[in-house]
Amino acid sequence: MTNGNWPLWEVFIRSRQGLNHKHVGSLRASDEEMAIENARDVYTRRSEGISIWVVLSSNVHASNPTEKGPMFDPAEDKVYRHPTFYDIPDEIGHM
Amino acid sequence: MTKKEDEFQAKIDRDIKIEPKDWMPDAYRKTLVRQISQHAHSEIVGMLPEGNWITRAPSLRRKVALLAKVQDEAGHGLYLYSAVETLGTDREQTIDDMHSGKAKYSSIFNYPTLSWADMGAVGWLVDGAAIVNQVALQRTSYGPYSRAMVKICKEESFHQRQGYELLIHMCNGTKEQKEMAQDALNRFWWPSLMMFGPSDKDSPNTVQSMAWKVKRYTNDDLRQQFIDMTVPQANFLGLTIPDPDLKLNKETGHYEFGEIDWDEFFNVVNGNGPCNKERVSARANSKKNGLWVIEAANAYAEKQRIKKKVA
Repeated sequence: MTNGNWPLWEVFIRSRQGLNHKHVGSLRASDEEMAIENARDVYTRRSEGISIWVVLSSNVHASNPTEKGPMFDPAEDKVYRHPTFYDIPDEIGHM
Repeated sequence: MTKKEDEFQAKIDRDIKIEPKDWMPDAYRKTLVRQISQHAHSEIVGMLPEGNWITRAPSLRRKVALLAKVQDEAGHGLYLYSAVETLGTDREQTIDDMHSGKAKYSSIFNYPTLSWADMGAVGWLVDGAAIVNQVALQRTSYGPYSRAMVKICKEESFHQRQGYELLIHMCNGTKEQKEMAQDALNRFWWPSLMMFGPSDKDSPNTVQSMAWKVKRYTNDDLRQQFIDMTVPQANFLGLTIPDPDLKLNKETGHYEFGEIDWDEFFNVVNGNGPCNKERVSARANSKKNGLWVIEAANAYAEKQRIKKKVA
């Protein structure tokens, strides 16, 4: 390890019971235990969370931003996947 | 402009944030690395003048506030170093660039904190100026920088309030206490105005940074905003701002103010302020003397990994 770098971890926090873990940032730590402790100190100093996940950044695999078009455009012309595409008479009320 | 550059600028113009893996011009990346790392260094160096007073805080209430504030600054440094890292830089190299003098930090932290009243002035003026700057940067075009700013702004408002509250107490205290408060304001007023950087006419990067929406307001606009906000707060304390030319222009609704001593500003930026050497050497020594901890933790982690494999 050169120049004192620890591995990079991505931090996810569940802010309260019933909500999903959400990415809040990253930090460096020598192992998962230290990563969780540091995440506690850095990202939950004002009761922002009740549960922490840490994931080595090198284990995160991402879609390629330059392929955003072919990846996500196909969903755009499929309006029939949305409820507003279908006509329901007013007297039926909410459906 | 190339097609890629056109597309990039079109995104910026439509207020679409730029994210780490998106294509960006080299100059945009370079500007961000410079600005965000400078911001990160400022958070970290900013812990020194205040850390100086933790053990001498006059009450437990003041001590926990100061401790919490300094701890926040460490966190803010981390958010910002993480943001720089998303641009493909090496974190430790970024930190070393500050130690070698290649990268700068806010010149305000090169002034000493001489009395307890300075803790009030730093919170009120220095954090106040930082907040004006950071609120504007919440809308900066680079996603990770913008998100760091949102988080920092949320945490930072108590920093200014605790400083101002401290000064209210001193200004309502003995004659000597009020004099200390006035003395702190005298020393921190002009350096606080300099925190917004050189005047627009001497800030060659501003035009491009505004076009890229890295910056959302010019240095002079933000400085004016800070002055307009702060003068009534000084009046409430019964303190006098050390600027004989300061007066409200009734037509514009803005305060007019005296000439800033830019020679002093550039002198401090270039390393000749009262505390530059002390600050940089404190940070460099902290890294040097702490390297063994980093290595020991790595060795321990490695050992645990092997143990787990065997088990």
